Parts: sequence; structure tokens; C-alpha cells
Amino acid sequence: MPEETQTRNDSDHGESHGEGAPDPGEVTMTLDGRTISARRGEVVIKAAERAGTYIPRFCYHPRMKSVGVCRMCLVEVSGPRGSTLQPSCYVEVADGMEVSTKSEKVKKAQDGVLEFLLVNHPLDCPVCDKGGECPLQDQTLAYGPGESRFIEEKRHFEKPVVLSDLVLLDRERCIQCSRCTRFASEVAGEAQIDFAGRGEQVEVAAFPDTKFTSYFSGNTVQICPVGALTASPYRFSARPWDLDQVESTCTTCSVGCRVAVQSSLNRLTRILGIDSEPVNHGWLCDKGRFVFESVNGDEVSGGRYEGEVRETGSNLATRISEPLVKKDGTLVPVSWNEALRVAAKGLLKAKEAGGPEAIGVIGGARLTNESAYAWAKLAKGVIGTDSVDAQIGDGLSSELVLSLPRATIDEASNAEVVVTLCGDIREELPVLFLRLRESVVAHKTSLIEIAPCPTELTKFAEAFIAIRPGDAPAIAGALTRDGRLDAALSNHPEGAAASADALGIATRLLASTGTDKERGRGRRVVVVVGRQSMAEGSAPVEEAARILARELPEAKFLFALRRGNVFGAIDMGLAPGLLPGRVELDAGRRWFEAAWGAVPDRRGRDTTSMLMSLSGDESIEEGNEISPTRALLAIGADPLSDFPDRALAVAAIDRAEFVVAVTGHRGELASIADVVLPVAVSHERPGTTTNIEGRVTRLGHKVVAPGHAWPDWMIASELAGSLGGDLDVDSVEGIRNEIANLAPAYLGLSNEVMSSSWARDGVVVPIDVNDESVRSNRHEVLLVDPVALPGVDSVERQGAPPRVGSAGPPVAESEEPRRDARDPVEVPQIVGRDRRDNSSGVTGFQTPPADSYSLRLVAQRCLYDSSSAVASSPSLSTLVSFARVRANGYDLDRLGVKTGDLVKLRSARGSLVLEAHVDSQVPRGVAVVGFNLPLAASNGSNGSNGSGGAGGARDDEDGVINAVSMLIDASSVVNDVRMESL
Amino acid sequence: MAITEAPKIVTSRMGYEDSHTIERYLATGGYEALRKAVKMTPEAVAAEVDAASLLGRGGAGFPAGRKWSMLRKAQTTYLVVNGDESEPATFKDHLLVERDPHQLVEGVLIAAYALQVTKVFIYLRGEFALGLERVQQALNDAYDKGAAGSDIFHSGYSVDVVVHPGAGAYICGEETALLESLEGKRGFPRIKPPFFPAAIGLYGEPTVVNNVETMSNLPWIINNGGAAFAALGAGRSTGTRLFALSGRVKNPGVYELEMVKTTFRDLIYAPVLGGGILDGNDLKAFIPGGVSAPWFGPEHLDLPLGQDEVGEAGSMLGSGSIVVMDSSTCAVRAALRITKFFARESCGQCTPCREGSGWLKRVLNRIESGEGREEDLDLLLDVCDNIAPGLTWPPQQTTICVLGPSIPSSIHSAILMFRDEFLHHVKDGACPYA
Ligand SMILES: Cc1cc2nc3c(=O)[nH]c(=O)nc-3n(C[C@H](O)[C@H](O)[C@H](O)COP(=O)(O)O)c2cc1C
Ligand code: SF4
Ligand code: SF4
Ligand code: SF4
Ligand code: FES
Repeated sequence: MPEETQTRNDSDHGESHGEGAPDPGEVTMTLDGRTISARRGEVVIKAAERAGTYIPRFCYHPRMKSVGVCRMCLVEVSGPRGSTLQPSCYVEVADGMEVSTKSEKVKKAQDGVLEFLLVNHPLDCPVCDKGGECPLQDQTLAYGPGESRFIEEKRHFEKPVVLSDLVLLDRERCIQCSRCTRFASEVAGEAQIDFAGRGEQVEVAAFPDTKFTSYFSGNTVQICPVGALTASPYRFSARPWDLDQVESTCTTCSVGCRVAVQSSLNRLTRILGIDSEPVNHGWLCDKGRFVFESVNGDEVSGGRYEGEVRETGSNLATRISEPLVKKDGTLVPVSWNEALRVAAKGLLKAKEAGGPEAIGVIGGARLTNESAYAWAKLAKGVIGTDSVDAQIGDGLSSELVLSLPRATIDEASNAEVVVTLCGDIREELPVLFLRLRESVVAHKTSLIEIAPCPTELTKFAEAFIAIRPGDAPAIAGALTRDGRLDAALSNHPEGAAASADALGIATRLLASTGTDKERGRGRRVVVVVGRQSMAEGSAPVEEAARILARELPEAKFLFALRRGNVFGAIDMGLAPGLLPGRVELDAGRRWFEAAWGAVPDRRGRDTTSMLMSLSGDESIEEGNEISPTRALLAIGADPLSDFPDRALAVAAIDRAEFVVAVTGHRGELASIADVVLPVAVSHERPGTTTNIEGRVTRLGHKVVAPGHAWPDWMIASELAGSLGGDLDVDSVEGIRNEIANLAPAYLGLSNEVMSSSWARDGVVVPIDVNDESVRSNRHEVLLVDPVALPGVDSVERQGAPPRVGSAGPPVAESEEPRRDARDPVEVPQIVGRDRRDNSSGVTGFQTPPADSYSLRLVAQRCLYDSSSAVASSPSLSTLVSFARVRANGYDLDRLGVKTGDLVKLRSARGSLVLEAHVDSQVPRGVAVVGFNLPLAASNGSNGSNGSGGAGGARDDEDGVINAVSMLIDASSVVNDVRMESL
Repeated sequence: MAITEAPKIVTSRMGYEDSHTIERYLATGGYEALRKAVKMTPEAVAAEVDAASLLGRGGAGFPAGRKWSMLRKAQTTYLVVNGDESEPATFKDHLLVERDPHQLVEGVLIAAYALQVTKVFIYLRGEFALGLERVQQALNDAYDKGAAGSDIFHSGYSVDVVVHPGAGAYICGEETALLESLEGKRGFPRIKPPFFPAAIGLYGEPTVVNNVETMSNLPWIINNGGAAFAALGAGRSTGTRLFALSGRVKNPGVYELEMVKTTFRDLIYAPVLGGGILDGNDLKAFIPGGVSAPWFGPEHLDLPLGQDEVGEAGSMLGSGSIVVMDSSTCAVRAALRITKFFARESCGQCTPCREGSGWLKRVLNRIESGEGREEDLDLLLDVCDNIAPGLTWPPQQTTICVLGPSIPSSIHSAILMFRDEFLHHVKDGACPYA
């Protein structure tokens, strides 16, 4: 599929053919009497489309295998044995083929099919969600008889069928095109829906005892060519012609899927996937699709976490729309002026007491690049602190991320070998999972999976290596050496033999990649590195990544950092030791001092260190010149719920002298901060964002932020003023141009460039915009086929592609991007530009031994967790499950524990009562608990004796929404727990 | 023409009460053919079948030898036996499965040997409860006697045979739907190309699918030689064939007759065969080859029972099922009955078949119950035309498999032959036969 819709300039695809010599990849055929050339292997419908002839269709979807069932696309193909009607979505082009799409015979067949489709169709367009954007409705206008000849009683079904909490089915409207069932099995890999019955009684159905719980279920609603599938969040809420659309990027996770954001009357109504060739192929995950509800901020009452009855109350109930200041212990609404004054006063007080480093800044991964830049400029340039961290103790070293060569998603899905050393990709970066799954299932890519327990990809993995927290460096070592386990692994959970087998296979696989010349150098290896557990420090996987980088010098990396714009935040300098544009503090000092006036003297703290310092932990200050952190500025982050170590977060916030929370949503921190500043969130402000690949795309601005909420950059700018400084920014465009002029990795990425059609699918930084070969490496503009993506109106501004049926205007070339006239020698070196400047960083890490009575704790991220975005999206919040502990039967049997029993987990930090689940997929010696999941109310015994460790939990922990964080000590590389039966 | 003295090739044991037992089978020459075959080279066995020019008995009439030669050797291959026989009025395989299961098993083993496959699936209609039991028993006996399993008859050749019951869908008789069903999926016919399972069949591997009757002919062919088989019949239609005769005849049943040498008149009227029309009525029409086939009238009675002969006359011998209608049969009702069957059994994949069948059924139902309109006749024909453009025979199709384009046959025939009867229904507001 990808080959057909994009132009690639890399060596594998770009062989050029001599002038005049016939291209072996091309065939010449006749279409309605015209001679056209087509690509060998492509189907007629697609060749015709590129030649400007649109053939009607229903079941055909360019991102799925053709099945040829609806028969709408029949064309007449003349061959040696006369002419036959054939489905153009299935028949491949051939040299000399003669195709007629308009003959009498074709017309009659197409009219016939359309009439057949309407025979049992209820024709309830006036009350149907799809009415107005319905491929069936549209094609009925163009084909089929004007009047119905069907006077019989239509087929009847009870409606609707509830396929899941999110997807409902009206069987009467279904035209049995099988797009939904094919999506479920072919793309998502979960055949949770299929056809039942036969003849005209065929219906889409979930299995009797299961629901359509796929994380990708919303895609079926989007691609259903009629109104048979509806999504509960959108159902009956708007009419297509009342919707207004902008194109944007989903920033729910760092994959950065392209989306169409639609609203009606300043209320978001729907998010649809746009087909971006390098990223999401039109798909979205359900979280990305439905989390927009949190922007509307409807209150959720009743049934939260319990399913069933759920009422959504007033608009904006979960949003913060006014600045708040704590007065006499309670937060009260105030004017912006007052809020900024109070905030500045508190911050200045801390600064006076302990210097600029006394102020710590946490968060920023939810901002636009422009806002992230503004906050970085405020923190590092105006305040002068380098204790700035967009990651909150749950990610990887920003320097490491920048220093290793980054892969694109396309490179990963075209790699010979992909090594995953990260959490469950489906839970963390859902659409990346789809992309990788596609290539592994097609045997394009061999997968080596290194994980604490199997995932949905495991069955396709060539080698699955089960590891326990702390083992990653040893595994990476063995993998790139001789596949033999060293002493550190002789106590491997599944026994030395099992893992030795997998290691052996994996080692051979890695050793055999690449062409003969580069055999074994891992040229086409992509490694996905991320935290596998929030209960494991970042050191083991970071160490493993360094080893892999050193031993596989040609390998490229993707970093499984989840937060929407975490990569943009790092790139904009919201990380200790970094300045905007991927430069290190010292390397960029002169450059940024010239532009900003000042930058911090020395490297600051990361989030964990800031919290430890705030909490009064003396150990963190030892041998450290920086003065303790006293005040906290939290930008869209809440360490109380998101940080892996709750006790530490609670102690830190308790002892902090001053806390400013900049947030769009209510939350634990926002309820106790000294100052709360309301911000505009996704879809409420324009800007750019940077995804996991380093791809910069534009964000759409669709609705107006509620009340007095401001965009972040404006708050940063005003706060700078209140602090006596000046950010010297006055618009998003202005900031973007400042970034384009100043931030080395983003040089040249001006407004103009970002608005050009050239940048339609985004621009992967760093990039030399003057390099012609880079510019010609853009992707072919896809036609927007309203039948493939019903509801996506057009793709606005960024070189709006033509509607189907027309060949479309040529791709407009952007103006020459301007490079700043500065002396290039002055531009500081980008981290990682000098390849492998990092591999020397291998530190010789040692895993602490586990004692045989303990289980090593794994806290895994889940797609639907207690994050404020999910919690304030009524349709998603019901999907969050309670925390429970999964362990191998071997370990549970020893305690006499069965599935469903309550057990107590006790760590050095605290204890927690959870329901136990026997899971043979979890290796021995490991206890797996979902991260950021709420505690079931029924586990009553948590309350009083809930937390006994350092820092102490503030109040009754029953309401805790991130249960496992009560067990984790963030300063420890691994966390071991004892399990007791109750 | 007359009923010939041709030997009974597949029904020789039907006279015995215990024809299904291994004892009777062995006592009547059972497994000699397989013993003989495994001493020949696989190529020589296949050559005999080729020489017999045995046409497939499942409906399409494709030469078995040619189908086998499409298999590329030295690859994982499967042999699948189609015993899903579910079409109304078709019941010849039923007889073979229940009354001579050993003959089927032996035939299957011979074919397996010729094709050198190591795994065979016998897919039997799920409703054949007794047949399933008996074929399984016959298979167990074959294993016991060393005729199946490893190293059969000490030849060094091993093969496993599995009996698989269907789940009650007619469409699973269509070979690619059958393969899907065997793979544990919904019985949806596969889109073509690939046109033959010999290229991509079961689990994506080259596969031969043959009918139960096709297989049951093999022991005789090996015992007597392909030439002896080819000497029977005429032209492309060699050997004998089973004909399932039903409808308004005195002696309905399954008859084994030499091909081409016998006519429809013989079959329907000969006292030892059909014995003539019930109640001494006149023949009105007959279906020559299963409910998918266009109908014939009395003028076709003297056509020989040969594949090409029937084909050239505009219909097909198909599954060998002959349904007789007499002057008491309502043509509208007959067409409705058949259309109802197809509407129920359409797998539902293709729009024209799924929706067209239901529509046609409703219109016919309306006419039959006296609520028809004159324009319904043109409507019926036009809807039929949208399923099988041109209403030609063999049909052109707008669908994935030929079930769809089979639907028009009965309707088109009925309107063509008995238009007046339809108009009667319309004018009288009732079925004249009611
Ligand atoms: C709708 C449909 C139903 C069929 N049902 C059967 C059947 O029940 N038994 C059978 O042997 N062939 C059936 N066939 C034919 C098979 O597809 C296939 O041609 C046959 O099994 C090949 O065996 P043969 O070459 O030995 O005849 C059916 C075909 C169609 C289109
Ligand atoms: S529900 Fe929609 S997508 Fe699914 S088969 Fe029916 S029409 Fe197609
Ligand atoms: S995968 Fe990530 S970017 Fe894509 S839709 Fe889901 S949350 Fe959004
Ligand atoms: S023609 Fe009918 S039975 Fe055959 S595949 Fe299509 S819908 Fe199914
Ligand atoms: S059959 Fe080609 S689009 Fe449905």
C-alpha cells in the first residue's frame, strides 16, 4: 500500500530509469478509450482515480485489502474471451488491458447494485447521523434509478445494537460492506465483530459474551459508508452541514495522528482521522478520537468507573476558566492582574531566598511548541532557573533522547528488524502499534520484543525475551554479543533455557541484518526504547539503549515517550541542561545569551530531584551546588496524580513554599495550589507540535477557550512582565519565526514553510530546508476520497487536496524558505548531530539483586487511565478499569491466592490491597499493576493502614486515582514488593 | 435409445442390506483397487484417471485428471472431498455416503496417492448424521486394515484422512466457501482470481477439491482401467452417472445410467426407472440438472444425458438432479420455492445476490398470493438481469460466486415458458392451482 501513494527518494525505491526506457513498474492500458499508464500491481480503481476517473465504490478502502463484495465498482474489462464485468477494486492492472467504466453494461450494473443496496435500506436519512456526508446518499444521487421499484416490505431489525460503550449499530442501515469487520481483524488485529446470519439477514455482530472493546473501535464508525455505526459521543449531537472543520494533529500521545477537528457553535463535536501517509494512515485510537470531550468539560456524574448510568451535566464543569488565588486557605476567583501579581510575588520570594534555582518548573508536554518555547524563555531566560522538566519522572533522559539517531515511523515499519524495549505500545502509542503490527504481520519486519510480559505483538515476534525490571542492560549486552546469558541473568524468570533460545534467535537476527557489505552492523534496525514500568527507574533502559547504540552503530531509535508534545517540549528546552533547538546549555550559552540576555549558569534538576528537594530530602542536596527547590510552577502537570511516587509528590507539595498550577482542568494539584492560572487547551489555540519522530505539524484552532483562559504563551509572557522581565513575544506566528531563527534544530521552519503544501504531512527536524533533495522527498498529495473517509470535509489551508474525481491542481511549491543571515559558525551544535557522541556514556550499570520472597513490581501504563483528560471525558472515563495485580500462578499458588482474591502488596514505601489475577503470561517473580489506575472502592482495607512509608499519605487514600504510585519509591532503580494473602 | 447394459460402477453394492460394512466391502472386491494403485507409480494412477476422462460430478463437470495435473508437485497439498450436497432435489452423494462409505474412502485414498498428498479432508453435510457415522466407521476400518494412516499397504506412502461435518449452509458446497469453512471461518466464497484452489487452496496451499461421486468412481477405474471407463458414454461424457430423479414421477430415486446413451425420456418414463408421471398426468417441464439450471420442456425429452448435449441445449446437467413438473405443478410456486431457497442460502457477501434474491422472492410471493401486477414480470426479469447480465446461459455474473447468477434460472425459465400462468395469477388475484 504505501508504495502506491507516496514518492520516496531513498535508495530502495528511487531507482531512476533512463529516459525513454519503459519503466518495468509501469503498465500501459486503455481506460474509456484513453491510454493511461498505471503502476504494476495496483488495482484498476486506483489507477483510474489517479487518471482522473472516479469509479463508485463502497467496500473498497485504500488502507485495507480489497474484498470486492459490494460490486458497486464493476467495470467492463475486455479480454481475449470477450468482455466481462469485474470489480475494479480487485482486478489488477495489466499491460494492454482495456477497461470501460462508462459502457451501457457498466452503467446498468452500477445502477443495479445501487438499487439493490437501497432495497432494504431504511432511507431514514433525515434522522441519520451520516445524512449529509453519507457515501450511500451521495452515490445514490449519481447512480441508480431515480425512483424506487421496490414496493415490498423491507427487512426489519431492532435498533440499535450496543456493540460497546462507544459504538452502536443500526443493522437496518448496514450495507454489509465489511469495512468494519475487516478493520477489526485486518488492521486492529482483534476480530471482535464479524458477520452473523446469511442472505439479507446478514448482520454485523459482536460475540455473545464479549463486546467490541478494541482501542480502535472508533475507526469503524468513521469508515462505515452509511449511518449503521455510530459513536456514542457524537450520536445525534450534530448535523454534518452544521459542522465546521480545521485540520490538526492529535496531541493525546506523541504519535501525532492527523485529525480533522469539527465543532458546532463553539463546542467540539467530533474528531476524525485524516490520512497522513507517514503517520496514521487515517486511523486514530479511541482515546485520541474521543478525548475531545474533556475540552467541552462536561461534568460526569454517577457511574464514573462503575459503568452503566452516566449523566453528563453542565458544560465546562471540569474546566478551569478563571484565575484563582488562595485566600485564607481557599481558592477564590480573581482577575488576571491579581493572579499574576500574586504568582510573581510568590516566585520572587523564593528567588530572593534561594536564587533562581529555588524555582522549579514541571510540565509542558501538553503545550504547543510556541508555548513551550515561551515557558522555556521565561524559566531559563527571565527567571534563570534550569530546573525545568517537561517529563515528570516517567520518561527518559532528554539528552539521551536527543543524542541517539531518531527513526521515523516509516523507517520503523520498513526496518528489517525492530527491537522493542519499551512498555506496551498498544497502551501507550496506539497508532504506532497499528503501524508496527501492519509490517510485522506482513512479514516486512522481524520483531524482537524485550518486555516484562507479552503484548499483542508477541505472537508475531520472532523472539520474545521476558525480562524483569533491571535486566535490560544485561539483555542488551547478551543480544549484541553472542546471545549468551551472563551471570546476571542466570536467575532469569523463565529459566535460563527459555530466554537463551529467544536470545539466540534474536542475536542471529540482528547479526544478519543489512546488506552483505554492512552485515551485522544493524543498518536497518530500529529500536523502540521506553520505560517498561513506572516502578523501574530510567537507568536500566537508558543503559540498554546506550549499549545497543554502541553495538549496532547504524541502528535508529524511536523513544516511547507518551505525552502529546513531550518531544516538542524537549526540543524547546523544557528539560534540564537543554536550550531550544536541541542544544546543550553550555553549547548554546553564547547564542542564547545574545538573543535572550541570559541563560542559567548551570544544569538544574529534573522532576524527581525537584520533588526530593522540595520534600526536604537532604540526600539530594549532597555534593550539589544548586540551592534547594522552594517553589513550584506546574505547567499542565500534576505530580500528585502523574508522578510514579505518590508519597514523594505529596511530601513535596506539602512542603513547597509556593505552588502555581497552570492548567485547563480541575485536578488534585489545582485544588491546593496557591495560584491557579487557567489555560486554553488543545483545539483552543493554534501552534505547532512535534511528534515521536521529530515531525513538526500544525495544530488547528477550532474553539474559543472558556471564560478567561489564555493560551500558555500569553501567560508566560504576562508572567514575565510581572516578574520584571520581557519575553518580547506577541503572537504565535512571531514566536514561530523566533524559533525558526534561533532554535538550531528548527532553523528555517518559519510560518511560511509550515503553511506550505510542502509541509502538509509535517516536517521532520532537524532539516535543512534549503536542501532540494529534502524538499522533493515530500509525500504525494493524496486525494481525499469522501467514501474512504466520510465526514472529512477537505484538508484546509495546507494545500487543500482536490476532491476526488478531479486530477487536482499541481502541488504549489512554497517560497524559498529563508535562512537567517546570521553567521552559520555561530549556530550551536545540535545534540546527536555528531553521531554516537553518546555511546561513550555507557556506565556499567548493575541490577540490584532480587530477594526470593519478593516480587519485582512492574507498573505498566494503560491507555485508559486516571489522567485528567480521560477522567473529564465522559465516554472514556467509564472505560477505566480498577487497579489489580497480575502475577504468575507459580507465585500466587505459593500464597494460596486465586484469581479474584484480595492481596496486600507491601513495599518499602507503603502497602495496598488489590485484587489478584493469575496470569501465566507474567513471568515468575514479577507483579504487574496498571499505572495510574484507581483503587476499587471495595478494597476497603486500604484507608487507615494504606500508606506507611516515607512522607506519609495525606488523607484517606480511598479516593486515590493512581493506586500503584503509593508503592513506588522513585529514587530506587527497582521496586520490590511482598505479597500477602488476606 | 434405451437403458444400456453398462456396469454399475458406483452402485454395485446397493442391493446388499449391509453394503456399508467392511465385511461386505471386502467380500465384494473392496480395497483391491487401492492395493493395485499403491503398487503403481502415482503418475500411472493419475494417468488412468486421465484416460478415463472422468468429469467432476459436483456440478461444474471439470475433468478430474486435468484438475489434478494443475497441482504443482513437491509442495504441501491437500485433497478435499466435497460431500456437502445440500441443494434441493440433489441426493445422490447422500446415497453413496450412507450406503457405500468404503467405496468413497477407497476412492479418496487412491486419489490421495495419485496426488501424493498427506492430508485429506472429507467435508460432509452436517445433516448427514448417519453418513457421518458410517464414513467415520469406514475410515476407522481402513486405518485398522492398514489402508489408511502410515505406510498404507506397506507401500511407504502415508496419508491421514479427516472427516469434517458442515454446519448447515448450502454455500459451503461451493468449493472456496468450503475451504473457508474448513479453516474455521465463515463460509464466504472466495473472490476470484485465483480461479482454482489448485493454485491457492486450503490454508493458502495448493488443494484439489473433488466431489463424493467423483471419488467413488476411482476404485472401478483402477480395477478396470481408464480405457474401460472411457469406453462407456460418448464424447466428453464418459462412464456412468448418478441421476437423482424427483418430482411428479412414479418412481423417484437415484439411478446410475451410462452417460449420453440414455435420454431424459428414458429416465422419466422407463418402467424400470422413473416409471412415468404420477396420476398419468402430462409432463409440463423438468429441471435437467439441479435447481440452478434453466428448465426444459417436453420438447427436450429426447436429449441424451450428456454434459455437452444438455449444455448446448441451453441448460446444464449440473449435479444430475432431474425434477419433474406435471400439469398439476404451479410454475410460479415452483420458481418461488427455488428462489426462497437461494434467498435463504445466499451467503450475503455480494449485493446483487443478497438483495436481489430477497427482492425476487418477495415479488414472486406477491404474485403467487394473488397480489401481483402485470409489470412485475418485467421487474422480475430486469432484477434477474442485474444479477446475471443478459440472462444468458452459462450466465454472466455480477457476483463473486455462481450462486447469485443461478437465481434467475428458474424465474427466467418460468416466465419464458409459462408467462400466461403468471398473468393468470395476476388477473385472478389467486393461484389457479390452489
Ligand atoms: C453454490 C454452489 C454449491 C455447490 N455445492 C456443491 C456440493 O454440495 N457438492 C459438490 O460436490 N459440489 C458443489 N459445488 C461445486 C463445487 O464448487 C466444486 O465445483 C466441486 O466440488 C468440484 O468437484 P468435482 O470436480 O469433483 O465436481 C457447488 C457449487 C456452487 C457454486
Ligand atoms: S456496519 Fe457499516 S462498515 Fe460495517 S458492514 Fe455495515 S455498512 Fe459496512
Ligand atoms: S495514537 Fe496517539 S496521536 Fe494517534 S489518535 Fe491515539 S492518542 Fe492521538
Ligand atoms: S453470489 Fe451470493 S452466495 Fe455467492 S458469494 Fe455472492 S452473495 Fe455469496
Ligand atoms: S466491490 Fe469494489 S468497491 Fe465494493
